[in-house]
Amino acid sequence: MERIPIIRMSKFLLVSIQVDMHDRLALALQEDLTAKINETNARGVLIDISSLELVDSFIGRIIGTIASMARVLDAETVVVGMQPAVAITLVELGMSLPGVRTALTVERGMQILERAIGPTVTEGTDAGPEE
Amino acid sequence: MPVLKSDTVPIRSDADVVAVRQIVRVWSIEAKFGLVDQTKIITAASELARNTLEYGGGGHMFIELVEEGVRKGVRLTFEDQGPGIADVEQALRDGYTSGKGMGLGLGGSKRLTNEFAIHSVVGVGTRVTVTKWK
Ligand SMILES: Nc1ncnc2c1ncn2[C@@H]1O[C@H](COP(=O)(O)OP(=O)(O)OP(=O)(O)O)[C@@H](O)[C@H]1O
Ligand SMILES: [Mg+2]
Repeated sequence: MERIPIIRMSKFLLVSIQVDMHDRLALALQEDLTAKINETNARGVLIDISSLELVDSFIGRIIGTIASMARVLDAETVVVGMQPAVAITLVELGMSLPGVRTALTVERGMQILERAIGPTVTEGTDAGPEE
Repeated sequence: MPVLKSDTVPIRSDADVVAVRQIVRVWSIEAKFGLVDQTKIITAASELARNTLEYGGGGHMFIELVEEGVRKGVRLTFEDQGPGIADVEQALRDGYTSGKGMGLGLGGSKRLTNEFAIHSVVGVGTRVTVTKWK
């Protein structure tokens, strides 16, 4: 079966969903991401859905599950690039994506992740007061 | 109400649910729907197709391009010969699920379309019809 690729970038995992996912593909992504967070000790997950033309209750549930599994494994999740038509539809459908942070662009999403994990010892940065 | 064209799409696997979304997109573009309305009816179709598959044990979608005066619309009928729904009112309620869903599919598709009708007979099957107008 085809899989959605997961890219590792230092402490983060990046996923860009480019296809209209059938349900099993979405479930496979959920499993793969959880395994990869565990394996790489990733601190953040960024999911780019800018090419997704819809988020229905199933995809919404998958995104929510990814975020809560990530949290258990001490990683933050940010969903970026949701199209306005998709966002409007999601609200009318009645889905709220609880616990999922969203950002308009990949850059903003990365900033949210960087800020969420804070300065790390390995980078040798001063653990000064936050903002 | 004049029907300009119609087609039937089988719903037997989750790949068929994707095919349902695709044909509904193409036909709603043909009906000159804007992007938001396209997204709404495709999302409703995705929910109803998944219900047909998950709870109805499979079935089909009948799709029609309809016209009333100057406006065009897309009408979708989902049919299965599954177990049926004993309490339709309860099934329509947001948050009610007999499985592990979120119970948003039926109520959500009603909100996302202009006309919604459900007919279900226990032991015989379920038919859900939605219409969206431009
Ligand atoms: N075609 C059908 N045949 C039999 N039962 C159905 C059918 N469609 C829906 N139902 C029943 O109605 C309930 C509510 O459906 P609805 O789509 O609103 O929520 P769900 O499928 O449980 O969750 P979600 O759609 O949010 O993933 C279902 O749990 C199921 O019990
Ligand atoms: Mg459903």
